[in-house]
Amino acid sequence: MAASSAVLSLSKIIKPLWGGRLGNTVKVLGPTLTSYREKSSVSPPPAKYGGRHTVTLIPGDGIGPELLNHVREVFRFSCVPVDFEVVHVNSAMTTEDDINNAITAIRRNGVALKGNIETNHIMPPSVKSRNNLLRTSLDLYANVMHCQSLPGVQTRHKDIDILIIRENTEGEYSSLEHESVSGVVECLKIITRNNSLRIADYAFQLAREKGRRRVTAVHKANIMKLGDGLFLQCCREVASGYPDIKFDSMIVDNTTMQLVSNPEQFDVMVMPNLYGNVVSNVCAGLVGGPGLVPGANYGRDYAVFETATRNTGKSIAGRNIANPTAMLLASCMMLDHLKLYDYASLLRTAILTCMNETRLHTADIGGQGTTSEVVQSIMKLIQSKGQLTTDL
Amino acid sequence: MAAALRSSLLTLVKGLGGPRWQQMPLRPLSVSAGLCASETSPARADATFKVTMVPGDGVGPELMTAVKEVFKAGDVPVEFEEFHLSEVQNMASEEKLEEVLTSMKTNKVAMKGKIHTPMEYKGELASYEMRLRRKLDLFANVVHVNSLPGYNTRHNNLDLVIIREQTEGEYSSLEHESVTGVIECLKIITREKSRRIAKFAFDYATKKGRSKVTAVHKANIMKLADGLFLQCCAEIAELYPKIKYETIIIDNCCMQLVQNPYQFDVLVMPNLYGNIIDNLAAGLVGGAGVVPGESYSAEYAVFETGARHPFAQAVGRNIANPTAMLLSAANMLKHLNLEYHAQMVSDAVKKVIKQGKVRTRDLGGYCTTGDWGLQINTLIQHSFLL
Repeated sequence: MAASSAVLSLSKIIKPLWGGRLGNTVKVLGPTLTSYREKSSVSPPPAKYGGRHTVTLIPGDGIGPELLNHVREVFRFSCVPVDFEVVHVNSAMTTEDDINNAITAIRRNGVALKGNIETNHIMPPSVKSRNNLLRTSLDLYANVMHCQSLPGVQTRHKDIDILIIRENTEGEYSSLEHESVSGVVECLKIITRNNSLRIADYAFQLAREKGRRRVTAVHKANIMKLGDGLFLQCCREVASGYPDIKFDSMIVDNTTMQLVSNPEQFDVMVMPNLYGNVVSNVCAGLVGGPGLVPGANYGRDYAVFETATRNTGKSIAGRNIANPTAMLLASCMMLDHLKLYDYASLLRTAILTCMNETRLHTADIGGQGTTSEVVQSIMKLIQSKGQLTTDL
Repeated sequence: MAAALRSSLLTLVKGLGGPRWQQMPLRPLSVSAGLCASETSPARADATFKVTMVPGDGVGPELMTAVKEVFKAGDVPVEFEEFHLSEVQNMASEEKLEEVLTSMKTNKVAMKGKIHTPMEYKGELASYEMRLRRKLDLFANVVHVNSLPGYNTRHNNLDLVIIREQTEGEYSSLEHESVTGVIECLKIITREKSRRIAKFAFDYATKKGRSKVTAVHKANIMKLADGLFLQCCAEIAELYPKIKYETIIIDNCCMQLVQNPYQFDVLVMPNLYGNIIDNLAAGLVGGAGVVPGESYSAEYAVFETGARHPFAQAVGRNIANPTAMLLSAANMLKHLNLEYHAQMVSDAVKKVIKQGKVRTRDLGGYCTTGDWGLQINTLIQHSFLL
């Protein structure tokens, strides 16, 4: 570990010396340090040709495949210039071939839309969560979800508008567990300064971009004084660089209580991995459930879009009753990421109109509609807007 | 009589077209998107797609007329913005080029004939064709060489794709006389562009479900330049474990192509080699008149013929073969998400070839471009009635 990092830093020193000199045979051809280094650090351009993008599509398990078929249908219908490369991941396999395939596919396309892959708890502990593996190997460090109350959905709280930013690659999800003495299991929670600074900076930048006023860091530094203490300290350091945005912190147990009693007080929230998992599910529940909220995972080079709560939905799979809203909104986030803003807003408007005005709802939010009825109603709305989009 | 019949057919067709579009959203969703595409009407009935058109020189304008007539017969929702740009007819200028570029920037898609480049040197090394390409950064040229059923050549059932880098290499327009009597012409190969074209080739192969990519080079002589190209291809190939990667030297590649072209699937190569292989491969299946081509940048797509020749000796003689341009137009419709119309046009073209009744001179027939157009338009109107 230390040795490889030493090599890396060495190569960084060497590079400026060797680089920039054209016609250097060693640099062009020889199997030298520089040529290998560049291979790993420079990511190839994303798959976008003639204005059409290629996006990796991982159907996943449960309701994933049907929802993603609806997304494809809506895309085709609205002439969205996106082609999908479908990569199936079989969750029953113990080998990692499938997921590695999917990861390579994302590496070459840059962007993916994904259903959740089931993690079977009966499998041997060496089989890691495929979803987690995908996020960590692509270094998708920021999980972003936007919980907003929809006027068409009956919930206990109104006017919720919370942006949750979750560290996605370390913390409790490090997959480092061992039995040091028989009967004693140690599970390592890793907090690093680098990753904490990175996520805090991401949160503050996003807050500024979206015109938000306040960022709340969620932690448990009263118990984990060093681990969460470091996270908190990093957030404070970054906050000092953003004087226009207010920063405060809150302990995770209190946060959940405040969320269910008085959620309007929150604006932007930033937190480590596991707290993020809990808080995002609480928030999704507040605005109407797992079928409504889209989520995105961003890294430096890649982005993966999925539903915010990452449910497989096995129990309602194949029954045409799943709520397609979350996945469709996730696809809109993807279009935004691809800078296809016109298409994104076209679809988003149709989805929200269907939700708030047509009020055609699926059973999970108290409606009578089926998945395909909702999707067809959305497509009709898109068609009725066609006049406006002739110049697309 | 015939005219009256046709017009009545047309009204019938239009009558059919309307309600079909309305029914569209009610189609059962269980069918996969790919299957739906071939049996349904366009996605958005009231939208028209604007496309830039540069007819170019030689038979270009005649071919474009054929395309426009077919689109009219097929009720294709595409509107062309035409620009006449020609170096030989003194119709090219900076302003003209700018106009084309502005139009391209909004439309993103174009159809183009060949803009002929005169051989003699008049102070400008880069041709308009090259300048257009560079301004739009159209780095990838794709020629899909596909045998046409019904027209027999020495090699039948050919199906290979040639992908060519077309912004650098020998086409850099960097030439100078360093010492009197000694001309240096620079061939430029860069890592960035080589990686880009290699990635394009593999992405194309993935998208079209192809299994092998072969890089064509001359790295035994140009050890550094073509060597870099090869190295980049090999690096990118690692990202595509399911696609086989091979290399072949250009001279051998030419020989193999005429001897046993079936061994190739997707070929990727630098600029000049691509130019030669494009033409060679087009010759295998029937010549410049039957092979469609397309050029891509990240933002733009230009659809043209595979082997780019103005075919000036045929101007006005009504003998040009519109097959290539029509197939290219079909590809363009597919690119615009107009799957249904794309299918209609390419099916009709293939049917005309297969029936073999109407053939232009290059395929050994005696028919004119006009006959061809007439035949395909009748076919398209028939397909509406079925």
